[in-house]
Amino acid sequence: MGFEKIMFYIFAAILVISALKIITARNTVHAALFLVLAFFTTAALWLMLEAEFLAMVLVLVYVGAVMVLFLFVVMMLNVNVDELRAGVARYLPVGAAVAIAIILEMSYFILGGFDNSQFTPVTHGADYSNTRAIGNILYTEYLLAFEIAAVLLLLAIVAAITLTLRRRPNTKFQNPSEQVKVRKVDRLRIIKGMDSEN
Amino acid sequence: MLVLTDYLILAAVIFCISIAGIFLNRKNVIILLMCIELMLLAVNINFVAFSYFLNDMAGQVFVFFILTVAAAEAAIGLAILVVLFRNRNTINVEELDTLKG
Repeated sequence: MGFEKIMFYIFAAILVISALKIITARNTVHAALFLVLAFFTTAALWLMLEAEFLAMVLVLVYVGAVMVLFLFVVMMLNVNVDELRAGVARYLPVGAAVAIAIILEMSYFILGGFDNSQFTPVTHGADYSNTRAIGNILYTEYLLAFEIAAVLLLLAIVAAITLTLRRRPNTKFQNPSEQVKVRKVDRLRIIKGMDSEN
Repeated sequence: MLVLTDYLILAAVIFCISIAGIFLNRKNVIILLMCIELMLLAVNINFVAFSYFLNDMAGQVFVFFILTVAAAEAAIGLAILVVLFRNRNTINVEELDTLKG
């Protein structure tokens, strides 16, 4: 058994164990942290598959942004964990049965349907750039899809801000444009002094 | 030597664990969202493995777009969750029965 295979089994074991901990964790924060571990391990597996750019994107975008967002939300909401955990033991048999049925079906087809000898991966040397290869086809062949993805991200920004925007009518705020437009006659009224009238 | 089926079986196991997670944690919306992220991760492992073993970069481009859509989905899902908690003061799925479904 080669070094590569040993590393694969170690990463696979960490990934499966952390996935199991995510779905059985009592504390939602622990589940989020185990999801971080799962993403990290997957990034390591993708490095073994020579997908260096995607491994880095997974760490930066998922561990760095999405999981921090999850942790923010988990810690911001005051959630009663025990109430949400009620009935887990009741759903365990049916959940496990469905999962085992699906894994048996999938592994039957995967182990029976693939002739592994027909897949011959080409291993590249140290001077090969995975990022350059992705960029070469992303900005030519998939340019339209790339721009649609950019619009989609803009849509997500607008949607997330619009959803969570809270209007508070009682708060006092300044209107800069009205402040700039103000003229002397709007604000200043000159009253003749008592002395000059007398 | 690692073969394609190793990665496919691993991805299938992760996918099934997340399906079991949706059954188990059917009251906690946050864990449900995490299980969906885990499912997308399993699918992405499949894409990257096929991309490597078939020498085709298209699989990695697909993963790139899936990551983009998944990030947008997580952001909007969590925003909906925050609004939900603000209005109903709970994220228990069983109590979200305003539509009498």
